[in-house]
Amino acid sequence: MNIGEFEGLARGLIERREAAKNVCITVCSGTGCRACGGEEVVRAFAAELENLGLTGTVELRDTGCHGFCERGPIVVILPEGIFYQRVTVDAVPEIIEQTVRHGKLIERLLYEDPQSKEKVVYEKDVPFYKRQHRLVLANNLLIDPTSIEDYISIGGYQSLVKALAMQPEEIIEIIKRSGLRGRGGAGFPTGRKWEHCRRAKGTIKYVICNGDEGDPGAYMDRSVMEGNPHSVIEGMIIGAYAIGANEGWIYVRNEYPLAVKHLTRAVEQARELGILAGSVLGLDFPFDVRIAKGAGAFVCGEGTALIASIEGKIGVPRQRPPRTTQQGLFGKPTNMNNVETWANVPLIIDKGAEWFSSIGTETSKGTKIFSLVGKVQNTGLVEVPMGATLAQIVYDIGGGAPNGRDVKAIQIGGPSGGCLPKELFYLPIDYDSLVEAGAMMGSGGLIVMDEDTCMVDVARYFSNFLQEESCGKCVTCREGTQRMYEILTDITEGRGKEEDLDLLEELGATVRDASLCGLGQTAPNPVLSTMRYFRGEYLAHITEKRCPAGVCRALTAYRIDPDRCTGCMLCKKQCPQQAIEGERKKPHTIVQDACIRCRICFDVCKVGAVMKTGVEVVHA
Amino acid sequence: MPNVEIDGISFDAPEGWTILEAARFLGLNIPTLCYREGLTHWGGCRLCIVEIRIGDRTKFVTSCTCPVEEDLVVRTATPRVVEMRKMILELLIAQCPTSKVLQDMAASVGLEKVRFKPKWEQCIFCGLCVRMCDEQMMAKAIGFVNRGNRLQITTPFDATSDECRRCGGCIYICPACTLRCEGAAPAEVLCGRCANSLQPTCLEDYENFSCWMGLKGECGTCVKPVHEDKQEENS
Repeated sequence: MNIGEFEGLARGLIERREAAKNVCITVCSGTGCRACGGEEVVRAFAAELENLGLTGTVELRDTGCHGFCERGPIVVILPEGIFYQRVTVDAVPEIIEQTVRHGKLIERLLYEDPQSKEKVVYEKDVPFYKRQHRLVLANNLLIDPTSIEDYISIGGYQSLVKALAMQPEEIIEIIKRSGLRGRGGAGFPTGRKWEHCRRAKGTIKYVICNGDEGDPGAYMDRSVMEGNPHSVIEGMIIGAYAIGANEGWIYVRNEYPLAVKHLTRAVEQARELGILAGSVLGLDFPFDVRIAKGAGAFVCGEGTALIASIEGKIGVPRQRPPRTTQQGLFGKPTNMNNVETWANVPLIIDKGAEWFSSIGTETSKGTKIFSLVGKVQNTGLVEVPMGATLAQIVYDIGGGAPNGRDVKAIQIGGPSGGCLPKELFYLPIDYDSLVEAGAMMGSGGLIVMDEDTCMVDVARYFSNFLQEESCGKCVTCREGTQRMYEILTDITEGRGKEEDLDLLEELGATVRDASLCGLGQTAPNPVLSTMRYFRGEYLAHITEKRCPAGVCRALTAYRIDPDRCTGCMLCKKQCPQQAIEGERKKPHTIVQDACIRCRICFDVCKVGAVMKTGVEVVHA
Repeated sequence: MPNVEIDGISFDAPEGWTILEAARFLGLNIPTLCYREGLTHWGGCRLCIVEIRIGDRTKFVTSCTCPVEEDLVVRTATPRVVEMRKMILELLIAQCPTSKVLQDMAASVGLEKVRFKPKWEQCIFCGLCVRMCDEQMMAKAIGFVNRGNRLQITTPFDATSDECRRCGGCIYICPACTLRCEGAAPAEVLCGRCANSLQPTCLEDYENFSCWMGLKGECGTCVKPVHEDKQEENS
């Protein structure tokens, strides 16, 4: 298919979509909603529409991830945008009967704002969405990711047509002017990277899409790959054209089966239409994309390790320089960008560098997707302009901590990021201010922690992750992370010494400065940042042998407040050790020697009489 | 030829040289462990770390992997570099306290106390044996397995390898197992290992002792015969 033919096809599809007046039921089929039964809901809708003979008049579309995963499965009825959440299979006939046929709302499926207790009808009015600025994720809601026609019908691949009419240098200039920086975490200016790669000597060049998203709790790249795979492919073709590459690779984790499936499908469809393979849209520019599946090593998200992995070698990084833009995949100049970076490219080409650079801050432009998880009311994917503050994300979009608890800190940037206390929530999110505060943007994981989180335990958790995921090539990272974990375990189990803090700091600084790759250089961040902002908690563990949050089992004991205890016997019945004594209607006591600190009494007590204390307090 | 400045010495280094090669040419001593001439540069032990300045930034790189380039300014032993080398050796010694090579290096940087719990491991994962086996012996019989705290160097599936010709190249090059210090010997015993002239002996005794390839990770056999000889002498 050449450009003229493609434009004809696109015009047809766009017109058809605009003319469509049918009601369309969109069901979110991201992994999150599927896990809550989204697939069954889609099947139930299909069967019900078939039964009622509505297949021709009502459209059914399973779309990519909507982002509000907390409330899945999500059903949105277009054109009005009526938003139903936590939809079950049983509710399907009711939705079709009431809403689709008679235009009536079903109260119980509407979203209720936890603050104002008001029901929200339309998707655009849900506070979680209202305060976001969605560019990359916007189209997830509109299209079926398995259909290239859907993507073309909302203007997909138009940026490619536009870009192919330009000179490669012009495209690089636009990307440079837009101020787009790598969304993988380090924030290297994308335009400059492309330029390096274009100028590199050699006729064979590669582009790679890094979809090895390994942070625990982060899944923004997955949602883009699952929900809008063509946007990534379109970005890659534009990039390849600008750089002069004829082969592209998408490296995606095999733990993302849906992303693999949708990407593979998308590549096949693009080949069929003549957008990929032999020649891109009939031009003298051959380009094809291949998909490499990763086997789950976190370190393979690091550029050089990823390249080694594609080459079939063991996934360990190598020292840079030489940069991958000079010597990358199979020794050829290679340009690697993150999924989100690639997905931004068509938007910039379409709307222009000035439009893009008008969003964001002085040094960080555009939007960034974060996956907001942890102790927060609205978990899900959040896309905000750069420069939005942490407070806006945690409180305005996330709704703060559930159950009236207080947010204590936020862990940003995955295992390599840092923990920032709530006093720093005024910080704008951009690459530079986060690094200054001891954290980093990372790929965009945000884990909210409330008062019940022990920061030493958090640091220990991440060190454990890193000691398992370090590739083991360089001493500082391999041994350093293991030693940090060892010291932190000692502290959480009551064997900590005050010198340990100095040793951790010294060790952390060496691991940061002397390690080979990004993983090692950022590995001490969780430890160093928690020590910087929550030193008091460390000292409580070490000197008072007490865990202020009551998380570390070896340092926490339970005690019953005799004034509050009503003698209801509930805890006594539940205690697996029979460690609670006391008669009905008289205050109970815990036999400390028998107590295994399982926390059941604390959780079941309805009057809050069971309290956490330090171990020494109860033994004194 | 790019002009570089290493520890204040201006030097036109041949194209393609690494900082380490240039520094050694100038007679500067940079400690190394996983570097060996004739093998690819690995950059794993981090001991050869130096501070470089390009423009107004400084950063730490391993000199064995970093090529020289025009206007590069290198400091091979700034206080921070020395401090980090000490910490790296502390980590290595805690991992494998019996290695004579490591102990000598630790002594040379003035490391006197190890604050981490000793692990008493045999291998420090410098990867020399893997590269030796692959690049010089063309056997590719051993390699890295797993990652992080489960990292190992072994044959595929831990099985006795048909690829292995039992050449002993891995043992020859190993900085951790060829010379093993077992602490101070009684005054009348001369262990002789400090003289650094000990050759691995397990090659001729291979059939009797079997290498670690057969006995999963049971390295150290190479020093066993020496030990027994000595006991006979003493008895």
